[in-house]
Amino acid sequence: MTNPNALLHRRDVVNELLRDRGDLLVIAGLGAPNWDVSAAGDNPNNFPLWGAMGAASMMGLGLALAQPKRKVLVVTGDGEMLMSLGALATIAVEQPPNLTIAVLDNERFGETGMQKTHTAAGVDLAAMAVAAGIRTSRIVKSAEQVTEIRDLAHQGKGPVFAQVKISPEALVFVLPPADGGILTTRFRQSVLGDEALYN
Amino acid sequence: MADLAAKPNQTSPLPPSWPDDVYRILKDAGVRQVGMVPDAGHSRLIRAFEADPATRVVTLTTEEEGVAMLAGAWLGGQRGVLLLQSSGVGNCINMLSLPAICHMPLLMIVTMRGDWGEFNPWQIPMGQGTQAVLEAMGVIVTRADEPDLVAQTVWGAANLAFNTWRPAAVLIGQRVLGAKNFKELARK
Repeated sequence: MTNPNALLHRRDVVNELLRDRGDLLVIAGLGAPNWDVSAAGDNPNNFPLWGAMGAASMMGLGLALAQPKRKVLVVTGDGEMLMSLGALATIAVEQPPNLTIAVLDNERFGETGMQKTHTAAGVDLAAMAVAAGIRTSRIVKSAEQVTEIRDLAHQGKGPVFAQVKISPEALVFVLPPADGGILTTRFRQSVLGDEALYN
Repeated sequence: MADLAAKPNQTSPLPPSWPDDVYRILKDAGVRQVGMVPDAGHSRLIRAFEADPATRVVTLTTEEEGVAMLAGAWLGGQRGVLLLQSSGVGNCINMLSLPAICHMPLLMIVTMRGDWGEFNPWQIPMGQGTQAVLEAMGVIVTRADEPDLVAQTVWGAANLAFNTWRPAAVLIGQRVLGAKNFKELARK
């Protein structure tokens, strides 16, 4: 019997979000979300960030607008999302149906010594997303809810926002390529075809 | 004593034509996404893009959102432009790591405050720091201080950005835009 109050494990969450991913496009925020997405399998359709904190959700918007027939999933952390709360308003105004943002919320700045973020004091990112105008927004605490977010992301009925409460565990790093040029070129080649190499 | 509030370039009889030229250049360059925090100097260009169904105009809460958005657009095969005021350049500093390290194009068109004819002392620090900040982050900067030079400067920066995958910024000086003076609007 599993404890219903047990916190989710971040890599289980990401593995489920990326299950049967098909041609899903994924932006991963810097730090642990990058390592989690990479642990689920390095993939040219991943763009894992190594810096530019606060970029993830707006990169997802630009990509979703440029590729309206593809589904875009942003996986990032609570600290990264808190740095770009204005992006929730911008994304809500634009209403991209093919964009899902999943925040892995361990209530900590994980890379810097597990200091508490504002979500540890109760800041409700999911409610902020709703208030901005992202109507499909959840606080996720169970595996079943993760599956629901996974399905919504693949269906393109967004924008979708999920604040996934996870255990503050420190796991082994799984590193994707670090060269931004390689990450950019392989992503573009995968999405746009070989033509991307000539332009 | 000359009245320093008098304005040599403030009220021109005809609207400037350079925004129309810039619009055509950006269309020819294939721009599909426009990220912007509005500035009066960009208003005519913004109206042109808003009237264009082929272009998505996204209002941002802060300029750095636009740097990230246009990086995502590039990953998805679309080109874009970021329209901002010089004060917004400071908001972009760390985010400019993204186009620099990823060999991505980024075209920024910056309308200046805090230079020629500025009346508001609070605009001076960022206005005077704008070019240095951009260059410190690896952005190629060119300036246009005459209306006739704006279009060709934007053309050059767009080619640099999109053909060499680098961030490039055009600074449009207050000599082109006309200096504001809120003191004239204030109750005497």
